[in-house]
Amino acid sequence: MTDTAISASGLWRRYGPTGDAGFDAVRGLDLEVGQGELFALLGTNGAGKTSTLEVLEGLAQATRGTVRVLGKDPYAERAAVRPRIGIMLQEGGFPSDLTAEETARMWAGCTSGARPVREALETVGLAERAHVRVGQLSGGERRRLDLALALLGRPQVLFLDEPTTGMDAEARRATWQVVRDLLGQGTTVLLTTHYLEEAEALADRLAIMHKGRIAVSGTPKSVTAQGPSHIRFRLPEDIARWQLPAALGARGVGDDVRIETYDLQGALTGLLLWARDHRVQLTGLDARTASLEEAFLAIAGDSRYDDAAAEVAAR
Amino acid sequence: MSTTTRTTHPTHPTPAHDAGAGTARRTTSAGRMAALARAEVTLLIRNRTALFTALGMPPVMIVSARTTLDRAGIPAETGLSTAEVLLTGGIVTVLALVVYTTLVAAYVSRREELVLKRLRTGEVRDPEILGATALPAVVIALLQILLLVALGTALWDGQLPERPDLMLAGVALGTVMTAALAAATAAVTRTVESAQVTALPLLVVAFAGSGIAVPLEVFPSGVADVLRVLPLAPIVDLVRGGWVGGLDSAGTLRALGTALAWTVVSVLAVRRWFRWEPRG
Repeated sequence: MTDTAISASGLWRRYGPTGDAGFDAVRGLDLEVGQGELFALLGTNGAGKTSTLEVLEGLAQATRGTVRVLGKDPYAERAAVRPRIGIMLQEGGFPSDLTAEETARMWAGCTSGARPVREALETVGLAERAHVRVGQLSGGERRRLDLALALLGRPQVLFLDEPTTGMDAEARRATWQVVRDLLGQGTTVLLTTHYLEEAEALADRLAIMHKGRIAVSGTPKSVTAQGPSHIRFRLPEDIARWQLPAALGARGVGDDVRIETYDLQGALTGLLLWARDHRVQLTGLDARTASLEEAFLAIAGDSRYDDAAAEVAAR
Repeated sequence: MSTTTRTTHPTHPTPAHDAGAGTARRTTSAGRMAALARAEVTLLIRNRTALFTALGMPPVMIVSARTTLDRAGIPAETGLSTAEVLLTGGIVTVLALVVYTTLVAAYVSRREELVLKRLRTGEVRDPEILGATALPAVVIALLQILLLVALGTALWDGQLPERPDLMLAGVALGTVMTAALAAATAAVTRTVESAQVTALPLLVVAFAGSGIAVPLEVFPSGVADVLRVLPLAPIVDLVRGGWVGGLDSAGTLRALGTALAWTVVSVLAVRRWFRWEPRG
């Protein structure tokens, strides 16, 4: 059994007054992240990711529910928790007239057990840019500086809110490697990201948030399996759409046929057997298995998940 | 924009996390504030506008006040010489220009650059952030005030302030008050540029109605009584009374009480209204 690094149960976060004027950004969220694990929190804009993260980081108080980070309340016991965690905000700034190194030195002076500033800058590949002012750094470089500061205190738990936004592909891969190295050293990471491939590449477990609740969670593989698979092909001119087996639930426009299925093998078998029996040539046949993106889009666009949330809210 | 920077990641022998409480080399409040203040000094040196306000404006204001006083003359009933008015008023001028004006811009700029928001994710506490940001400006102001006192002492044949304790109380309360008022003003200021406008009311009040340049005795007594309640007026009373004397015990108590009240009110205003992030 691994020890729990981060846990939340029944977490609610409300903005504004009670009644219709207010807004529940997080609605009864349960979450558990084991030590040394990377947990990715996904969701569309406004799903409540950052609102959740702010509570876990101890930057905001939960309206209801319990939150523990390394066994302590990150808001009420922030003095005990902060030295052991690192935070990279989605949007945080540094004075533009300080150099990268001066910024890191300032941060090191405010960080318990800080590692050498040079080492931190090297870790994120900014050593050559140490004497460049923050205002002259590119957006991606600024994100890397931000990451360097989050790592400065050798945190046991690291919160990364969209860490690679604004980075080019190379810097993104390099950042992934930094995160993997940290995981290798036993750091626990809670990550939010817009890049699903990032979550697939790094996460031990992930959750997709929708309207303030976790709609699906599990390993990337198990969550992916919950999304639909797709089949696509072009129908020959002499075959009409109604001639297709009804069970396939074919959609699409004109001769372009699209099938969405949760049983790819079964649907494909049915289709291919039908095609053989009717001597139909399926041009451009394309079958793709479920992806995390499909699972994500299915949740974001599916009102079933809204109902589930409303049900819980009513209870 | 450089995307050509090599992003290699040498592996460093990083010690394993001390699984315990992480008590190794905990930061202290003084250490954190020193780190922030050091960065703030660097920023002040690199910001020409702020540097000029802090170093160049006070002499300019004091010299121009002298010209005005020479032309208008100080009414005899105040019992003050031009030098006495100038140097004592100069001390409060320094607080208004160096501490207040510099800090309104500094707080707004740190907030709008999301620096305050980022800082609050670390171990630093809120009062430490505000205090450390104020530190360089406060030190510059105190040095200038010392310079004014030295100048006065030389000018008046080595005559030291009558009540240094009152002067000290005035300067101390004035410093905290102007810094807190700066933070409160920053709350209603959206950009560094608009700080020049939002900081103006207090500066006008300070220079025209606090007795810095024109002793309040000059005004009709009803008007003077109202002006005496303004934020910087009791500071002028304390500094002037402490240096050249002439403040009776009732006046002293009243000045101390008003100064203390304004200081407390401005600190409470910061706690209540200060914004740590730009308006969404």
